[in-house]
Amino acid sequence: MSKKIKLMQGNEACVEAALMAGMRFYAGYPITPSTELAELSALHLPYYGGKFIQMEDEIAGIAAAIGGSLAGLKSMTATSGPGFSLKQENIGYAAIAEIPLVIVNVQRGGPSTGLPTSPAQGDVMQAKWGTHGDHPVIALSPDSVTETFNLTIRAFNLAEKYRTPVILLTDEVVGHMREKIEIPAQEDIEIYDRVKPKENEEYVPFKTEEGEIVPRMANFGEGHRYHVTGLFHDESGFPSNSSENAEVMLDHLMNKIDNNLDDIIDYEEYMMDDAEFLIVSYGSTARTVRSAIKALRAEGIKAGMFRAITLWPSPEEKLAEISKKFDKILVAEMNLGQYVQEVQRIVKSNSEVYHIGRANGEVTTPSEIVNKVKEVL
Amino acid sequence: MNNHAEIRLSGSGGQGLLLAGVILAEAAIMDDKIAIQTQSYGPEARGGASKAEVIIANDVIDFPKVTSPDLVLALTQVASDKYSKSVNDKGILVIDDEVVLDDKYEYGKIVKVPIINTAVEKVGKSIVANIVAIGVIVELTKLVSRESVEKAVLARVPKGTEDLNKKALAEGYLLAQSVI
Repeated sequence: MSKKIKLMQGNEACVEAALMAGMRFYAGYPITPSTELAELSALHLPYYGGKFIQMEDEIAGIAAAIGGSLAGLKSMTATSGPGFSLKQENIGYAAIAEIPLVIVNVQRGGPSTGLPTSPAQGDVMQAKWGTHGDHPVIALSPDSVTETFNLTIRAFNLAEKYRTPVILLTDEVVGHMREKIEIPAQEDIEIYDRVKPKENEEYVPFKTEEGEIVPRMANFGEGHRYHVTGLFHDESGFPSNSSENAEVMLDHLMNKIDNNLDDIIDYEEYMMDDAEFLIVSYGSTARTVRSAIKALRAEGIKAGMFRAITLWPSPEEKLAEISKKFDKILVAEMNLGQYVQEVQRIVKSNSEVYHIGRANGEVTTPSEIVNKVKEVL
Repeated sequence: MNNHAEIRLSGSGGQGLLLAGVILAEAAIMDDKIAIQTQSYGPEARGGASKAEVIIANDVIDFPKVTSPDLVLALTQVASDKYSKSVNDKGILVIDDEVVLDDKYEYGKIVKVPIINTAVEKVGKSIVANIVAIGVIVELTKLVSRESVEKAVLARVPKGTEDLNKKALAEGYLLAQSVI
C-alpha cells in the first residue's frame, strides 16, 4: 500500500489512524461533535474483521470498550462534553485494572450539555482529575488533521505499552476542519502490541516480570483464568484491603508513567531560538498563536511558542527550564483558565503568567492575541 | 489574493455549498496548494443562511477560520443579507442575480450573475447551482486550475451525473467571462 494524499476532517483521520493502529472494537454512544468517529468506525470496522456496537449510553459505551480490550482487541470509544463526564468512573476502572483503552474527547462548550456544536478546551483539568483518586493519566492534544492521525496511533501504542487508558483530547475545530493529509503506508507505521503471557506460563495476572513495565495481559476468556476488579488487588488479581498492598500497587500505577516520561512526553518549540516573549498553548488554539506570532514578529516583537502535545503528563522539566529565560508568559487556551494553573505551578517564580481565553464557543482570533501580548509587555 | 485567499460560500441549507467548499479545497490540493475547509456547524445549517469556508494558500495556513474573505458567494437573499458585507475592500462579491444588495454597505467588486437560473435553464437542474458557482469562482479568481477542479467535481458527484456537472462548470466559466 502506498501513501495517500487526501482532504480529511480531523475526526476522519482519527478513525483512519485507529484502524491502522489495530483498533478492532469500537463501543460508544454518538455525541456531537464526535459523531463521525462512531459513524466511520461503524462503516469501516467490519471490513477489518472488527466489531462496532452502539450502546445504550455513554457509560455502557466505555464499559463495553473496556471489555473488548480485556478480551484482546484494541478498543476505542469517543465522546464529548457531558459524555466525557459520564465516562469518568470507568476511566478510573481502566486505570486501576490496567486495561489499555483509547478515549477520544472532541471538546465542545460546557458545562452540562452546554454548546453542542461549538469548540472549547474546557476538559483539560477533567482529563487529569475527572475520575476520583490518584491515578496515572496520559492525554494528548493535536493541533491539525495530520497530528490527529499521528497522535491516534500514538494513543494506541501508549495504551498498549503502559496498559492504561489514553485520552485523545481534541476539539471541535480540529475535529471538523478539513485539510490535506498524507496517510503513510501501513508498513511505515510503528505499532506496539501488548505483551501477552506465553501459552504454558504459570500466569500471575498482575505480576510485572523482571525488566518489563507492566504485567503481561492474557486475553480474558482464553485459557488463563483470572479475576479483574476495580478494587485494589494483589498480583493474583483478587481484592486486597491491605494498605501495604495498596501502596505497592499505586506506586506501580504511578511509576509506570513517571519513570518513563522521556518516552511519553512530547512538545513543540515554535520560533523559540530568538524569542523574547513566550506564549504557551496547545490544540487548535496553538494555530491561532502561530498566526499571532507571525504578526507580532512583523512588528518587531519576537514572540515564540511552547506547545504541549502531551498535556498529561505535562512537559514539566522542559517548561521549567525554558521559563527561566522569560519574565512574562502568556497562556492561550479556549477556556477561562485551566492549563494556566499547571503552567503557574511549573514556572513558579521564574515568570509572571498571564492568560487569554474565553468559553463562549468562539475561537480567539490572532489579533486578539497580538493585542494581549502588547498589553502585557 | 493568490497567496492566501479566504472564500466564504453562503446560501441556504441543501444548496450543496459544503460540497462546493470541499471540491475547491480538493482541487487546490491537486494543484499542490495548501487548503483548509471549515463550515458553520449547527442549527443554522438546517434552514436560514448556511455557509462553508475555504482558505487556499501557497504557504502554511495557521489560523483555520476565515476572518476577512477575499471572495464571498451569496446564492440567496437571506445569505446575502448576513454575509455579503463581510467581503474585504479588495475582494469580490459574487451574488445570484435575484439578490438585492443594501446600498448602505461597501462590497468590493460586485459580480451579479444568474447562477441559479443558469443551472435551471441551461443545465437543466437547479441542484447543480453549486457547481455553476464553482465555475464562476474559478474563472474569476484562477485560484485553482480548470483541470483540477474538473477532476475534483467528478470525484465527488454521483455516478451518472458527470456530464451534467461538466456542463454546469462550463456554464459557470461562461457566466464569469461575461462580466470580466
